[in-house]
This record gives sequence, C-alpha cells and structure tokens, in this order.
Amino acid sequence: MAIFEILTYPDERLKQESALVEQFDAELHGFIADLEETMRAGPGGVGIAAPQVGRFQRIVIVDCSVTRKPVPNHGRLVLINPEVLTWDGMEVGREGCMSVPDYTGNVIRATQITLAAQDEQGQPLEFAFEGFEARAVQHELDHLDGLLFLDRLVSRRNDLFRRKVYQPKPTKAKKAE
Amino acid sequence: MNDWYMLTLVGKDRPGIVARVTAALFDGGCNLGEASMMRLGGNFTIMLMVQFQGSAQALAAVISPVAESLALHPHIDHIDAALHQHLEPDVRITVYGADRAGIVAKVTGALAEAGLHILDLTSDVGGSSERPIYVMSIEGHAAEGIEALASALEVATAADGISAQLTPIQTMYG
Ligand SMILES: [Zn+2]
Repeated sequence: MAIFEILTYPDERLKQESALVEQFDAELHGFIADLEETMRAGPGGVGIAAPQVGRFQRIVIVDCSVTRKPVPNHGRLVLINPEVLTWDGMEVGREGCMSVPDYTGNVIRATQITLAAQDEQGQPLEFAFEGFEARAVQHELDHLDGLLFLDRLVSRRNDLFRRKVYQPKPTKAKKAE
Repeated sequence: MNDWYMLTLVGKDRPGIVARVTAALFDGGCNLGEASMMRLGGNFTIMLMVQFQGSAQALAAVISPVAESLALHPHIDHIDAALHQHLEPDVRITVYGADRAGIVAKVTGALAEAGLHILDLTSDVGGSSERPIYVMSIEGHAAEGIEALASALEVATAADGISAQLTPIQTMYG
C-alpha cells in the first residue's frame, strides 16, 4: 500500500483526458487500493479520480458515507469507465478539490443522475445518485475529461441566470465520435 | 516582513476602472491579493489586498495619478494579513422583504447572538421607488450550530413580514 502524490493545478496534466480501462487485473486492483488510501489520507475527501495521481485512466472512487452531516449514499464505490446516462435537476453547491488547495467555490450540478460503470472485475454496474453523492460523482467524472470545478464556477450574484443556460457535458455523444 | 496593504477606492462608476487601476499597480511593482469590487448605487467600489515593498506614502504615489484621473477617492491601510487564510462558510442565509429601516440590524443582530460569523454579505434594493424591496444574501460560519441560527432567524423575521431562508452548506471535497 502507498499514498500517491496528488497533482495540483496548474499542473497541465490535470487538463488531460483519461483513457478507458481495458485490463481488469491484479495490477489494477493494487492501484485502486492505493488510490483509495490516498483519498482517505486527505481530510474530508469523499472522492478521488485516477488522473489526480497521474494515472490517466477512467477510474474513480467515491464514498459519501463519511460526510460530517449524513447524506443519502451508496457507501464505498469503485467506478471504472463510468458514463452518465441521464441528468435531472440543477442545484448550486460548494465544492473543493484535493487538486486545488485552499479554494472552494460554487458550482451547478445535476441533482439526480443515473450512471453505468464497471466494477473492479469489469462487471457492469448501474446506479441512481442524488444530491451530494450525485455532485461528488459528477466532480470526479469531470477529472476524467480534464475538467476541474474551476471550469464550472458560478457566483452567487448570477447563479439564477447561469442556471438557465447550463448544459451538462455530453459525455455520451463525445465517446461516439 | 508583512508588506500587505488594504487599498480602498470609491468613485463614480465608468467603464475601465479596474483595468486602469490594476495596470497602475502592476507598473508600480505591486502584487494583488484577494479583492472585492462592485458597483453600488452608481459608484464603483474597490477593496483590494496589495502587496508592496514600500511605505504607505510610496503606495499612495503609485495610485494617485490614476485615482485622480478617474476621480476615485483612495484610502490605504497597512494591514496584518496573509493569503491562504480562508474560513469555510457552512451556512447560507437569504432574507428579503419590503424595504424598511432596521431590517439588517435586527436580523444580523439576532444571528450574531446565535453564533453567526458573517464571511460574506451582499444586499440590494430592488422593486420600485414607491415600493422598494430589500434582498440580502449572507454566507457565514455557524459557531453554535445551524439549529441555533434557524430559530433566531425565525424569531427575528416572524412579525415583520420578512422572508428568510437558511441553507446549510456542506462543501464537497473530491
Ligand atoms: Zn477534484
């Protein structure tokens, strides 16, 4: 087991798009264990994405069972090659990121999403997430596309306006290219 | 050595103020920190942390030509400050109602007593001249918990036809 060093912005590598995972082997499982240890080592972190530690593959871990105030959650999740299937609702919430120290900001996210992914063995998974957990999942998925919450900041003064024009990133369409 | 100053500038709003002020500061060897700049009642207001290796007088000399040409009133304080000292808000409160003297004092007084540390407050007056409405948005830290604030807010706004909403902020770190 090991704790990885976290890449922090303005490291250009955080802007890079990650590749699909194709091999579900022991090496992958070892990496995931270390990635999780890295997430748990950071104070208050509920998610981590592989590119945050310099591995540009579509792997995220989310665990919203550890929040200060309890929120609806599915416990510890390893999501490989995740893909959002549906979005619903919009909500402003505050986010911070291990890759962006000493800064938090308001970001609009979908309040409900459904998601397809694979588990550590490559078996298909499907989930419906809401609220805080949906936010965490969307934040981590952004990392896989080279996006940070800084790319989605809104100010309180204009969030009502921005709410109307916001479009979620069309992940599906992009993969089909 | 602490070389931070708080620079305040106020004057009639016109396009280009921020660009010209910050260019003068950059040319004068200043480093900019946190800032709040906004238009209030047709005036433009700037509150800006400026890092500068020199006296307040020397900084005044840097800023006075541009301040004079834009008719801005400058004010400079040497401050005990540092970057990376953020406090995280854990509650957002919005209050609105018919504009009436004393709303802000009453509401913020009750909230302060219930443990609210205000980190950020903006307010505005909308509606019409005949029927103005007051809207206030606060982000802060609830030192004695959200429930204490919620009941204080309810008491402070109950009688006056003021509407208030309190939303806990749980920052997501990922
Ligand atoms: Zn992040």
